[in-house]
Amino acid sequence: MIASAIGCTVQGLAGVPVTVEAHIANGLPHFAIVGLTDRAIQEARERVRSAVQNGGFEWPQRRITVNLAPAEVPKEGSGFDLAIAVAVLRAGESGIDSSGTAFVAELALDSSLRPVNGVLPMARCLAALGMRRLVVASQNAAEAALVDGLCVLPATRLQDVVEHLRGLLPIQPARPGAGADAGPAGPDLAEVCGQASAKRALEIAAAGGHNLLLTGPPGSGKTMMARALPSLLPDLEPDAALEVSAIYSLRGLLRERPAMSLRPAFRAPHHSVSRSGLVGGGVGIAQPGEISLAHRGVLFLDELCEFPRSHLEALRQPLEHHAVTIVRSRAAVTFPAEFVLVAAANPCPCGHLGDAKGCNCDLRQLQAYDARVSGPIRDRIDLQVSVPRQRFGDLFGGSEGEASAVVRGRVESARQMRSGRLADPAAGTARTPSALSRSYRTAPAARRLLARSGERLRLSARGFVRVLRVARTIADLAGDDGVGEAAIAEALHYRGEMAA
Amino acid sequence: MSGGPRQVSPGSPEWPERLSHLDHPPQELWVRGPVLPGARSVAVVGSRRATPAGLSIARELGGLLGEAGVNVISGLARGVDGAAHLGALDAGGPTTAVLGCGIDVCYPRQHAPLSERIAGSGCILTEEPPGTQPFKANFPKRNRIIAALVAAVVVVEGTERSGALSTARWAADLGREVLAVPGSIRSPQSRGTNLLIRDGARPYLGPEDLVQAVPGLAATGAGPAGGPSLAGLRRPLLEILERMGPTPVYPDELGQALALPAPLVAARLGELEVAGAVLSLPGGLVARTF
Repeated sequence: MIASAIGCTVQGLAGVPVTVEAHIANGLPHFAIVGLTDRAIQEARERVRSAVQNGGFEWPQRRITVNLAPAEVPKEGSGFDLAIAVAVLRAGESGIDSSGTAFVAELALDSSLRPVNGVLPMARCLAALGMRRLVVASQNAAEAALVDGLCVLPATRLQDVVEHLRGLLPIQPARPGAGADAGPAGPDLAEVCGQASAKRALEIAAAGGHNLLLTGPPGSGKTMMARALPSLLPDLEPDAALEVSAIYSLRGLLRERPAMSLRPAFRAPHHSVSRSGLVGGGVGIAQPGEISLAHRGVLFLDELCEFPRSHLEALRQPLEHHAVTIVRSRAAVTFPAEFVLVAAANPCPCGHLGDAKGCNCDLRQLQAYDARVSGPIRDRIDLQVSVPRQRFGDLFGGSEGEASAVVRGRVESARQMRSGRLADPAAGTARTPSALSRSYRTAPAARRLLARSGERLRLSARGFVRVLRVARTIADLAGDDGVGEAAIAEALHYRGEMAA
Repeated sequence: MSGGPRQVSPGSPEWPERLSHLDHPPQELWVRGPVLPGARSVAVVGSRRATPAGLSIARELGGLLGEAGVNVISGLARGVDGAAHLGALDAGGPTTAVLGCGIDVCYPRQHAPLSERIAGSGCILTEEPPGTQPFKANFPKRNRIIAALVAAVVVVEGTERSGALSTARWAADLGREVLAVPGSIRSPQSRGTNLLIRDGARPYLGPEDLVQAVPGLAATGAGPAGGPSLAGLRRPLLEILERMGPTPVYPDELGQALALPAPLVAARLGELEVAGAVLSLPGGLVARTF
């Protein structure tokens, strides 16, 4: 007898539906699983047999072969347990109807269902393929239910699933959880005293998605400034939020960030992070790294120069393409990674340049350090700004600044202005400084200033483009149609590239 | 004249007469390029870790002397020395580098291109035999040669323990004119020059202060040239510039002092940078260049 059930696996962020076929033949009792499986799936034999028996069903004492199709797609993890159990039970008994239903859950020996990682991307894929129902462990129900057009059936025991398929036990479909956003996490900008330049740079970074380098002595508040950035970013569109949640689902991190959250993520990996932890990778099928967890949010690298150079080099491709492709011998996967990079560094090796304490580094050390900070990703940093140590009096007597919500309002209208401009097809294709400058409506005086700056500051072509982009964002924040001289001058001041 | 090193001994027509003013003159010199007679020579020396303003002054002074055809003598070190040589070369004037290492040893390494330029149109000399590494002890010895060769020494910047001060002391002992560029009493890089002034050095406030020391300088009527100019800067830009000194500051401090919002300060600093009046430094600090 032969029967099948639908399961699912993931490659990168894309789900791949898997047909689980079970064949029960006469012969000595035997149980084999084939179809490019990993160790966890091989171990499913023991889990599934025990779960079926402890669920009160009879395990067929015959020759059982389970095939996971398509056979050439590598598969891993324990999410196939339930589909295997259903396929085997169906092969042994008629009356179990699993048409239009997919199964993703791990089985415990006592026949209860356990949650697995990656249910959200799987649910998205199954819904897109026209699957009507998805059975998952009840802990996975909330994330799966975020997908439109899919009836998610949460279950706690194998018996309940089988009873339901026999048409004897109705299961209430899960509903997406209520929006549980507690508002922006992290400090509010109003809590930060002084730091006018850094606040301004954060606003520009939030409005234009520009990468930012904060430099300042230890304890000056670089980390606090970086943590305040998410509070300036507008809520994500529901589609974008779902994509972000899918990445968290893959890593099993939805406890940290609720699946229905619309807030942009903030990730701050420590500099001891491994390369694959940062950009993605790991054994077997590649997992998303910190840069993908920061997708559509903020990636904060504190103590930038403590990160190994190879890690920073690996950031170049994602910073350019907003995605990272990890190529393995068995499969190449791509994860989205569109984030605002905020890096923090001490201004010099001793950390006290420009500080009242005084700095003991000589010019050569400073230059070497500067090269080390920004060498690998210098040409990806759009804004560089100092975060000086605050004087004691300012910390207490200083006036309160603007609240994050006020700045976020400006950021939102600047972003609207930008998306209106990007809708114009000519604007989207401009790449060279002169084409960009035309499409940005740069004023003649501003162009002259830019030309002079090329001579004096020795800007590279890429540097010109970055200055122009930042200036356009500054004009967007001001609500200006064209880019004026002041916007160019301000952008020049923040440029990450130092005069040689 | 070939650029290859050659040996010059006392008694040779090339031997600089002024070295005999030293109690212990060098036994011999290794030289690249023609040795220039000493009467119209000025040493411009100072800190390796100069401020942007110091570098700018040194370069301007080098250019000024170069234009007047005065030989600019310095030590090829980083900072003030290099800037002075560069200013002289750019003005098409003669310049002489006195090394503390062998003629075939390039120190500091990043000044290799500069040293080639000097060898091409000026002179490099040392008393150390070829192959000598730049040992610490060589530099005070080198400084006495600089002091002996010139009519006057201008110390642009230097801390209390700067080698430039040793050059000034040698010069004073030999009866050469010593000038020092005064600076803020808060700036460690001006501590040495301010001390020199207290001890009787002539303050250098502009080229006119050099005229007495260097015969022939006045004839050219050279004024400060080539450096950035304040003319043409708008009033709001000057307002910021007035608040800045050679000591680097944070833009936020300027904003606070002038009660200006950060975007405005940033825009004005950007414009000043393009005008060459302000330099932005590693760490986000800004400094005035003159």
